[in-house]
Amino acid sequence: MAITRDDVRHTAALARLALSPEEESAFLLELNKILGYVEKIRELDLAGIEPMTHGHAGTGSLRDDAALDGLSQEEALRGAPETDEGHFVVPQVVRPEE
Amino acid sequence: MNLCGMSAHALRDGIAARRFSAEDVVRAFLDRIAAHDGRVHAFLEVHDTEAIAEARRLDEEIARGSEPGPLAGIPIAVKDNICVRGRGTSCASRILSGYAPPYDATVIEKLRAAGAVVLGKTNMDEFAMGSSTENSGFGATRNPWSLEHVPGGSSGGSAAAVALGLAPVALGSDTGGSVRQPGAFCGVAAMKPTYGTVSRRGLIAFASSLDQIGPLGRDVQDCLNLYNVLCGPDPRDATSAPGGHEVPEGALLQGVRGLRVGVPWDWLGEGLHADVEAALGRSVEALRQAGALVGEVSLLDPSYAIAAYYIIATAEASANLARYDGVRYGASARGAEDPAGLYTGTRSEGFGAEVRRRIVLGTYVLSAGYYDAYYLRAQKARRLIRDDFERAFAMADVLLLPTAPTPAFRIGEKTGDPLAMYLSDIFTVPLNLYAGCGINVPAGLSADELPIGMQLLAPRFGEAALFRAAQCLESRLGTLGLAPEPAET
Amino acid sequence: MGAPHESAARGYEPVIGLEVHCQLLTRSKIFCSCSTAFGAPPNSQVCPVCLGHPGVLPVLNRRAVELAVVLGLALGSKIREVSVFARKNYFYPDLPKGYQISQYDLPLCDGGSLQIGTGDARRTIGITRLHLEEDAGKMKHAEDGSGRSLVDLNRCGVPLIEIVTEPDLRTPEEAHDFLERLKQLVQYIGVCDGNMEGGSLRCDANVSVRPRGSEALGTKTEIKNLNSFRNVQRALEHEIRRQIAVLESAGRVEGATLLWDATRDRLQVMRTKEEAHDYRYFPEPDLLPLVLAEEWIAAIRGMVPELPEARRARFVREYALPEYDAGVLTATRELAGFYEAAARRSGDAKLASNWVMTELLGAVKGDTERLRNLPLTPERLGDLLALITSGAISGKIAKAVFEEMAVSGGEPGAIIEACGLSQIVDPDAIRALIAEVLAANAPQVVDYLAGHERVLPHFIGQVMKASRGRANPELTNRLLREALEARRE
Ligand SMILES: [Mg+2]
Ligand SMILES: [Zn+2]
Repeated sequence: MAITRDDVRHTAALARLALSPEEESAFLLELNKILGYVEKIRELDLAGIEPMTHGHAGTGSLRDDAALDGLSQEEALRGAPETDEGHFVVPQVVRPEE
Repeated sequence: MNLCGMSAHALRDGIAARRFSAEDVVRAFLDRIAAHDGRVHAFLEVHDTEAIAEARRLDEEIARGSEPGPLAGIPIAVKDNICVRGRGTSCASRILSGYAPPYDATVIEKLRAAGAVVLGKTNMDEFAMGSSTENSGFGATRNPWSLEHVPGGSSGGSAAAVALGLAPVALGSDTGGSVRQPGAFCGVAAMKPTYGTVSRRGLIAFASSLDQIGPLGRDVQDCLNLYNVLCGPDPRDATSAPGGHEVPEGALLQGVRGLRVGVPWDWLGEGLHADVEAALGRSVEALRQAGALVGEVSLLDPSYAIAAYYIIATAEASANLARYDGVRYGASARGAEDPAGLYTGTRSEGFGAEVRRRIVLGTYVLSAGYYDAYYLRAQKARRLIRDDFERAFAMADVLLLPTAPTPAFRIGEKTGDPLAMYLSDIFTVPLNLYAGCGINVPAGLSADELPIGMQLLAPRFGEAALFRAAQCLESRLGTLGLAPEPAET
Repeated sequence: MGAPHESAARGYEPVIGLEVHCQLLTRSKIFCSCSTAFGAPPNSQVCPVCLGHPGVLPVLNRRAVELAVVLGLALGSKIREVSVFARKNYFYPDLPKGYQISQYDLPLCDGGSLQIGTGDARRTIGITRLHLEEDAGKMKHAEDGSGRSLVDLNRCGVPLIEIVTEPDLRTPEEAHDFLERLKQLVQYIGVCDGNMEGGSLRCDANVSVRPRGSEALGTKTEIKNLNSFRNVQRALEHEIRRQIAVLESAGRVEGATLLWDATRDRLQVMRTKEEAHDYRYFPEPDLLPLVLAEEWIAAIRGMVPELPEARRARFVREYALPEYDAGVLTATRELAGFYEAAARRSGDAKLASNWVMTELLGAVKGDTERLRNLPLTPERLGDLLALITSGAISGKIAKAVFEEMAVSGGEPGAIIEACGLSQIVDPDAIRALIAEVLAANAPQVVDYLAGHERVLPHFIGQVMKASRGRANPELTNRLLREALEARRE
């Protein structure tokens, strides 16, 4: 199951990454090599085996519903590249037909 | 008195007995960093002003007769993927350049409460993705034993700092061997605790189900003391395990008589460096002479673990690294026409090649049509690997094997071949999938004067047996001492 | 108007399913301790966790789980003992982590149903599933024409429950009715304030049409951004009409996501099926599975109040109320609670029902939310009604007292005392009034004595007027006849 150039481009776009044509070629080669290696797991008999998602079993801890002070607006925005009237700023989200 | 050559526990005793002050200790290390770090580049940032102020505060407390904490006055180097409030924390990534977290990681809170002094932040592979610390966005770290060699990774800065005496102890993080393997390459004791025993809160995630913070020191006892400070349940980390897993210092004196040590000989065929093989032989002999029962265990071929690991770790990473979008903090590609443009610009410029490669791989294995073939299969393989370890640990209390198949490789040797780089972790990765604990113990030098590391593995919460066996190896094989001071280049 | 009638006439049947997001009434967010209070300045109810800073971890709010289970139990869902959180991956400026923590293949609740319609038109609408997830932030366009959007993350991480229905709804009216019933339910059981315009109930709709009698489902479209019950109905009417038109012109309906533009009363295509998201769901590694032990579920069961349906039936049974009264009185939990407390206190359930339905609902102008701020308590209303039953005051006086109580919240006895409104039951006092009235109406007395009994009400009216309404009517009637008969002799 080889990954194609289109797959690489599409997947990079899904992850919001732009690749130059040279990078695309390099990634295509490297990812195919890695995926080729990873194919090894097909050799394992995994019938009836439950997937293991977490490093350990058991139940996660829960918190009580108490509201505590977090960051002030000033602290929240401190590291932001651009702010306006207490908001983070992004280029306008383009709505359809606008 | 060479303070920088002393172990952390010796420094602590000296400070408590007022043979020297915490400030003396901190200044000695800061001076040594200033003199030598330029050549190895272990640190990304040194917190000299805060460290001296903190040492003075501790000295005053000690003078007032208050009980110093278990690490009072001990300087510590912290891997740059662990949040220190108000100070640069970048994961060695350009995408986080200028980022200063608004909070301390839980381990940093614990270190401060124990009296430790944060010296600075150490270099690493970007977002902990790598095995050589060459993937840093701010320049590679060099192995203090040989500047042409890598220090290992991803905690290469921490391992190099401890090896060269720039810090007595350090924190690293281990997702697939990132504490143990640089420990081996730099000749220091380096431990990966059982998943869940040390809080991950404030550890910048690479792969959440695999990441664990671990201590590095020049001897096993320093690792143990640090581990005891770091471990414990954290209500702010839902994956942290219930408490009660500290290991009393006395465990180190218990010896290994009757301890069952299993060696997975199946793993140790071709590809194993002759000097590493010899060191393994010496280690087996040392444990046997100390009364351990050394035998063979069989384990699933570790290449399956590598395969599962690079699916699971990259899948988790692809989501964990989605937050770096140039909106709230860090680097930002301004001037885009729409949010997608902002994200794509920020991420393409901010992430290095290896990080982007892994994000693409992780996105691919989760995407529609491939989830079952890759991700789900890897999760099942993970359980198989865990069951395999549990079966082995029914027959052995600890496992012994080399930490890496070879001593440190040369800078640039594997950068063109990602798969070859991944395979250098073949002996460390399986443990992370299983979520047990392990430690690297130095086992002498190769013919080329490069450190060789032996690895002990123990079951989940098997830290007591792990430290007992590690102490035995160390006392019979000896520590390496400080790396030679690098010659001018 | 009404698309359903048209569609019925043309032989088409719409098939509608809803996805409703319902904000849970917790104090703090689902995965961090920030307040959920509404209306704070932008980005002032945030912390590193909900801002998606590096290194943070989610910890689940116990109360959010309990409220979700309460709703699940109220809908008759099966509560899953082990449910799993998953990451839903997509990039959007209101989603700081680049993924939403939601539930996917193992949601908190499976199945369930809700009744819509009344009488013979009653229908059971199936619920597919209920799951917990976090809300996103809020965006708005900058007003300055600079082509920028502003992001406020206060709402980010507010707990939501998503309710997905089976495609059981057949008309826009039914969809509207379902939402009304759901709103009534969530308010009744106290899991959500039910304010759709304020955003605490939000709805997406899936709709397709098929030839009447056909079993196969047509291609569906999804309509988003339905922020009022009216908009749900309007948008569905539009879309059904459009799909029928496509089918009638022998075209094919294309799967798409549509956006309802309420200001322009029209639908816009947001994206077609080809550009559909690939959310790459996978289990959230930062949260272990949510395990609901049997005892916990049992304890939550105890938190579920009597549901409107059951309460209505009980009111009919227990208080012998007409179906209609019981329906009105159980429309909201506030009203039902008020009624029941007043009825118990007064000892006359039917009288209480009349008063609550007319006077009380009149006082709050039909809005039972206002009961919370009404100074009048149900106990005091009950006391007032008891005074009517005991004959201490007339119904007419009671109305005056009620009006005063509704404003001041005062105790009825004290109001009657202060205003001198108590009924005159002293026979001598009434006899004195009668004597005055008869003296002033001599011609009518003659008429009466001549056998014209129809003048009696005239005398009663005069006595009541003289007593300013306070004379006990029955006593007055009896004493008046006595006084008149005495004149015959
Ligand atoms: Mg949802
Ligand atoms: Zn928060």
